[in-house]
Amino acid sequence: MRGKEPLFLLLAVAVAIGCSFGSGVFNRYYLGIAIDVGINVILAVSLNLINGHTGQFSLGHAGFMAVGGFIAAKLTLLCGPACPEALRPLLFLGGLLLGGGVAALAGFTVGVPSLRLRGDYLAIVTLGFGEIIRVLFQTSEFFGAATGLTGIPKWTTFGWAWAFAAVTVYVVACLVNSTYGRGFIAVHDDEIAASAMGINPVRYKVTAFVIGAFFAGIAGGLYAHHKAVISPSGFDFLKSIEIVVMVILGGMGRTVGVILAAILLTILPELLRGVAEYRMIIYSLLIIVLMLTRPQGLFTFGKKGTVS
Amino acid sequence: MDWFLQQSINGLALGAIYALIALGYTMVYGVLRFINFAHSDVLMLGAFAAFYLTPAIAGMLGPQTIATALVVIILSAAICALIGVTIEFLAYRPLRKRPRLTVLITAIGVSLFIEFTGQHEKVFGAATKAFPKLLPSRDLTLGALHFSSNDIVVLVLTALLLVVLWFIVQRTKLGMAMRAVAFNEQAAALMGVNVNAIISFTFALGSALAAVAGIFYAMRAPGIEPLMGIQPGLRAFIAAVLGGIGNLPGAALGGILLGLLETFFGGMPGLSNYRDGIAFAILILILLFRPAGLLGKVQPEKV
Repeated sequence: MRGKEPLFLLLAVAVAIGCSFGSGVFNRYYLGIAIDVGINVILAVSLNLINGHTGQFSLGHAGFMAVGGFIAAKLTLLCGPACPEALRPLLFLGGLLLGGGVAALAGFTVGVPSLRLRGDYLAIVTLGFGEIIRVLFQTSEFFGAATGLTGIPKWTTFGWAWAFAAVTVYVVACLVNSTYGRGFIAVHDDEIAASAMGINPVRYKVTAFVIGAFFAGIAGGLYAHHKAVISPSGFDFLKSIEIVVMVILGGMGRTVGVILAAILLTILPELLRGVAEYRMIIYSLLIIVLMLTRPQGLFTFGKKGTVS
Repeated sequence: MDWFLQQSINGLALGAIYALIALGYTMVYGVLRFINFAHSDVLMLGAFAAFYLTPAIAGMLGPQTIATALVVIILSAAICALIGVTIEFLAYRPLRKRPRLTVLITAIGVSLFIEFTGQHEKVFGAATKAFPKLLPSRDLTLGALHFSSNDIVVLVLTALLLVVLWFIVQRTKLGMAMRAVAFNEQAAALMGVNVNAIISFTFALGSALAAVAGIFYAMRAPGIEPLMGIQPGLRAFIAAVLGGIGNLPGAALGGILLGLLETFFGGMPGLSNYRDGIAFAILILILLFRPAGLLGKVQPEKV
């Protein structure tokens, strides 16, 4: 396997973009769900880097997603009309990367002060940061205050969403499997022992936060250009919980499991439309029952050790 | 000056409510070392218990009398105590020996479960309901100050409850056992303390206080709904951290301080939009500069 990963990445991106050209033949409803799945895979895999691999329980992922979404959407709204048709993909890519970059900056700002904290304290502080980000957007006229942004061009296609999902999975998997990345798992397993072995926990935690936030920002940008409308209230605590549940269900620190969980948890609500009023009740019961019976996650079999 | 006094009264009344909730967080943290996320929902359940009990009790003891109010508050507190004990027994007890993160996630699950079950139309429904008047409220004017008689009731009852709680924790055998479990669970068990019973009792006590706080909060709020507990719950948690989590006087102090700070900042022109963010900003500052809280002791890390 070693050394062949870039090939797999290229293949995945090519397949995603290739499928995108044929997307006209698919039902628009199914296509929309497929894009949702792609975005959620990005969110879950990036959160998994923070929560799962590095073991820093964060409840603010929706905040980073909001940063990326609002920045990217504002950019395309401002520059979109003046941009020639041919350059639009470039503008979109630029918007996504800018959104991701600003989200990464936000991740850095959250990561540095939170380093002193662990466990439930960290969870509460990241929750607080998520809420502060939401309040900031809610009071900012530039970003449309409480209504948010509307009329965002619908540029997110199947290809965009899945290509970025492939990139996210690739980056996270390669990072964690690299010599450097073993440090994340070391910090997760035992911080004190890790620092005794010469690993700087602070640096690893910040790196995890920054990379996780970056991809959450990208996912936010894709989400904004998929839904065409975003408002600050859409990025609240519940959105963060939704992503956390994907990571827990998949098994913290298991990339494959987390991807499966993200797919399952995106499709499941659509299947449960008939009993939509019970959806969140089932969701919360699922968390409790899972924690009581299978805290290692639904899709984890065998011994932890190989992370891919 | 008038503005200052006016905001102080509002802030104290709000802070007293935060203090009551914060005590529940801090007591549970003391014995089990985890944040009981479902605490804010117990508060909501307390308000709803009072909502359904009031018409029935008022029919027996007369509407808006002190007797009615007291019976409603005591019954709601008892119901919530029972709910708190049940939650601990079903969801947290089986996880006692598991990693703390597992328990934390379960607590979030319990909290969401109560919120969404409450929002279902066959339970409470998501719509805001008007909270019945427990006491005849009169608007009092003292010079340039305006306040409701309910604020005074809230302050006096909170002070009373704090004294009762102090007595239970410091002067009774149960309280001594609670402190022993918080100090060292294993050693307490070896000394013959029934740890499970004490943890149940802690949950009962904290949940009863949350129910009272929920009723007080509902008396000041425009109405009650299944998500009403989230905001005061988060604030109260911050108050508990502010005072030093696990520390009872700290929780009371933190609650009152937070209520005052929030009212003062929220009342300033230009800052009122950021009111929701202020509590979190305080939390982050406290954790950065004094992670153990105002009254908490810094604990060195042991390997």
